[in-house]
Amino acid sequence: MKLRVLYFARLREHFGVAEETLDFAGATAADLVALLQARGGVWAEELAAGRAFRVAVNQDIVTLDAALPDHAEVAIFPPVTGG
Amino acid sequence: MKILVQTEAFDLGAEVDAMSRGRTDIGAIASFVGLARDLNEGSGVQAMTLEHYPGMTEKALAALVDEACSRWTLLDVTVIHRVGRLLPGDPIVLVVVASQHRGEAFAACEFIMDYLKTQAPFWKKEETAEGERWVEARSSDDAAAARWVKS
Repeated sequence: MKLRVLYFARLREHFGVAEETLDFAGATAADLVALLQARGGVWAEELAAGRAFRVAVNQDIVTLDAALPDHAEVAIFPPVTGG
Repeated sequence: MKILVQTEAFDLGAEVDAMSRGRTDIGAIASFVGLARDLNEGSGVQAMTLEHYPGMTEKALAALVDEACSRWTLLDVTVIHRVGRLLPGDPIVLVVVASQHRGEAFAACEFIMDYLKTQAPFWKKEETAEGERWVEARSSDDAAAARWVKS
């Protein structure tokens, strides 16, 4: 399936990318995170177990066991700091 | 209900007037204004830039206002959050809540701010003498939001 993946704030800066389209063979948000971790470097570092980040699917925050629908908009970002 | 994400400043008085004009059923209006501070984590902040996730931001704000309306009887709610570059003293966020009685207005206003701090996709980056830094989320904000979880 195809996914549109967005990154925000510190993650966008560290990854050096704001948005990408991926061909994805996995099923869940955890599978996507594992795929991105496997890129190594800052990806492995920022998405390591124990690091705080959030995942949203079609603009709703989800847990890592959430299934990803085809053509989903997935966003990965640090805990929010507005207000 | 009015929810805005904008770069421009807002006017608390104008928003309260707009909410109450022409109606006589409102008995209480509570408001909160959050301002950009010049000090955070022990060092001076010269400016900050607020980034957000267009689309999800509006959706998340609407969801938390809906949640407030399901918990209290509210007559109107306005939430305005600014994005872009702000200087110390600049207003960042406005919440105005109208109800028949003060208890509901106070509670809903605080609830909306506590949930906004932990649910709405905004991120602050500060400019300091030592360089730029992303603001880290605070566990005290999670604790403030957790107070409202229904048992």
